Amino acid sequence: MNNVFGNKRAVLVFVGPALLVYSAVMLVPVLWSLGYTFFTGSVITGFKFAGFDNFTKLLSDPKAGDALLFTLKYAVILTVGQVLVGYALSLLYVFWLRKASSLVRTLVFFPIVLPTVAVSLLFQKMFEVAPQNGIVNEFLNLFGIASVDWFGSADTAFLVLVIMDIWRSMGFYAVLLYAGLLDIPEEVMESARLDGAGGLTLIRRIVIPLSLPVLLSSIIFSINGTLKVFDSVLALTNGGPGSSTTPLTLLMFRTAFSYGDYGYGSTIALALTLICLLVTIFIFRSSRRDLTKA
Amino acid sequence: MTTARIARLRRSLVPMVALAGAGVMALTGCSAGGSEGSGTGGATEFTYLSLTENTAVADTLTSLSTGACKAANDALPLKISNQPQASFDQQLQLLAGQDALPTIFAAGNTPQLAKDLNSAGQLLDIGATFQELGVSNDLLPAATSTISNLYGANIALPTEFNVEGIWYNKQILEQNGITPPTTWAELTAAAAKLEAAGVQPFSASGEQGWPLTRLVGNYLFRTIGPDALQKVADGSAKLTDPEYVAAAAAVADLGSKGYFGEGVGSIDYDTSLNTFTTGKAAMLYMGSWALSAFNADTNQIGADNIGFVAFPSVAGGSGSADQLAANVGVPIMASKKGYNEKVGAWLTCIADNYGAASLGDQGVLSGFTVNDTAVEVPPLTADLQTTIDSSGDSVLWFEALFNAQATTTSQTNAAQLVTGAITPEKFMELVQADLGS
Repeated sequence: MNNVFGNKRAVLVFVGPALLVYSAVMLVPVLWSLGYTFFTGSVITGFKFAGFDNFTKLLSDPKAGDALLFTLKYAVILTVGQVLVGYALSLLYVFWLRKASSLVRTLVFFPIVLPTVAVSLLFQKMFEVAPQNGIVNEFLNLFGIASVDWFGSADTAFLVLVIMDIWRSMGFYAVLLYAGLLDIPEEVMESARLDGAGGLTLIRRIVIPLSLPVLLSSIIFSINGTLKVFDSVLALTNGGPGSSTTPLTLLMFRTAFSYGDYGYGSTIALALTLICLLVTIFIFRSSRRDLTKA
Repeated sequence: MTTARIARLRRSLVPMVALAGAGVMALTGCSAGGSEGSGTGGATEFTYLSLTENTAVADTLTSLSTGACKAANDALPLKISNQPQASFDQQLQLLAGQDALPTIFAAGNTPQLAKDLNSAGQLLDIGATFQELGVSNDLLPAATSTISNLYGANIALPTEFNVEGIWYNKQILEQNGITPPTTWAELTAAAAKLEAAGVQPFSASGEQGWPLTRLVGNYLFRTIGPDALQKVADGSAKLTDPEYVAAAAAVADLGSKGYFGEGVGSIDYDTSLNTFTTGKAAMLYMGSWALSAFNADTNQIGADNIGFVAFPSVAGGSGSADQLAANVGVPIMASKKGYNEKVGAWLTCIADNYGAASLGDQGVLSGFTVNDTAVEVPPLTADLQTTIDSSGDSVLWFEALFNAQATTTSQTNAAQLVTGAITPEKFMELVQADLGS
């Protein structure tokens, strides 16, 4: 094997075609998009060099500011929600359900394999108020609470979005963290139990520190995924009411494709990429410290 | 490295690079395809990109393809595809960017897009082409002039010629002792009376937004005059001026009193129409394109139970109820690149027969002359034709002169305006900000 990887020709032959295709469908469009940030115009009217105009516009655009705030709020709340609920479920699998957890794991994992649009339509129907009440409003009515127009105000629309996305993804994070928990040596747990640790103390002193690496991976997965949220918002609220649930991705999509402003759209995309990069670097740096040591 | 090894490497790399290159070409360059073939010969199919929400044009073309236009269809088969209205402009931009526009297609949501396509030389000059084909007389002058006003050139087929106004359920109004409102005061009084009687006064789609912003636009035309929005386009007035904000406030007031029913922001176009045609709402602001739905068997309240009244006048306003809101609906445009003799044959056939087919089959008024005197016109359609004939000037709609961004902002925030989530001042401020003046 060393001989094969030591041979530059072999490396070229094996990697070359894949690299070419990757460059054509990934790197070239990315660089092309980067180039667009310095231009204004559209595919129909043609492009004009605009210098740093798109960047200045980005800094002063209230819509971009609102979208950035929404993106960060969504990313933080959803990351906390997804990882916490996923972790709670994984603890449930390992410590309570044990061998019987496979059915529950499968059922809880199921929503992640459903198409986002289907899940969004399901939630739209569940939370709808017109033309007829959905199941949630019917349930509220049972207790004498008036129907709520869930998609009529920014806060309630955001709440439905968060509930839907946590429900959709918690099974995935539960399985990911479950795999991490299984790696904790049984002897360590046993000796902790012998030392008198039980319940919450065991989780706080042994389980959490030993599952930190996989927790960290989950957080990175989650924050990067949620910063780039697009499909669930588009299908559930279409960024509304108004533009109150519009993340940067949707703003970028609309600017570039609906309004035909590829230059400014690419600038928003670049800003989003930089944010993802910064967040990942920040998490990696903060994880260098070994929390299991005093 | 020996010469033999280098030669071997070259031999193995050359076909691989060629293969990868071919793959890249296939992935990146050659996906436009479509119906336009190699480009020089024009279209090989009569492709029509339709709005998913608008089935009237597609139905009429399909009926023509097996009837009057069978010969044209045999030479160049009709092929219809659909695209939802919300993403239609985006689809047109992408196709235009690939120089792969369908043979004919519904104009986008914003007139600006059509103007851009025309400036880029991608649209067929319908006026000149019809002149050449000798069918110019098949176009109604009123429809042609509306198209020219809207797009600055005669670049569209007026498959619809619509007037807009308030459709009302005669029975509900009579039961509540209400006469069709002709002034804003009468309209609000009627709505209050209906609401008190437990009847939903208006049905409207907040999900689409435009049925609500149309009310704002009409209120402006009635108070400030027919040039109200031209002044905004010219920059001599702003939507944030008090008299403009008053229009948004008047419509917001209807919403705050619950006249649009519950969850107006979630009501889509079909639901709003169904609410009216099942007798669950007394009034509906809509264009005459809805005649096909009103004349259909699915209309539970019956076409003879529906009346039409122009948007009412506002006391002290400069506009009048005679100025009907008119448009050419979603007109059809044709690709310049796709045009050839066979497309010409189709267009000639459409010009000669569309008016009669649309009126006869769909009960929809178009901008084409009706060349078949045997066409039976449903009574509701005939009534409307009389109203159109007796009306004076026409006015456009709220977003007619807006860019794509301001149009989206206006329509996506309309529901918030009537639910009270944003103030009328904020609504106008948001739209004005996107107008960039």
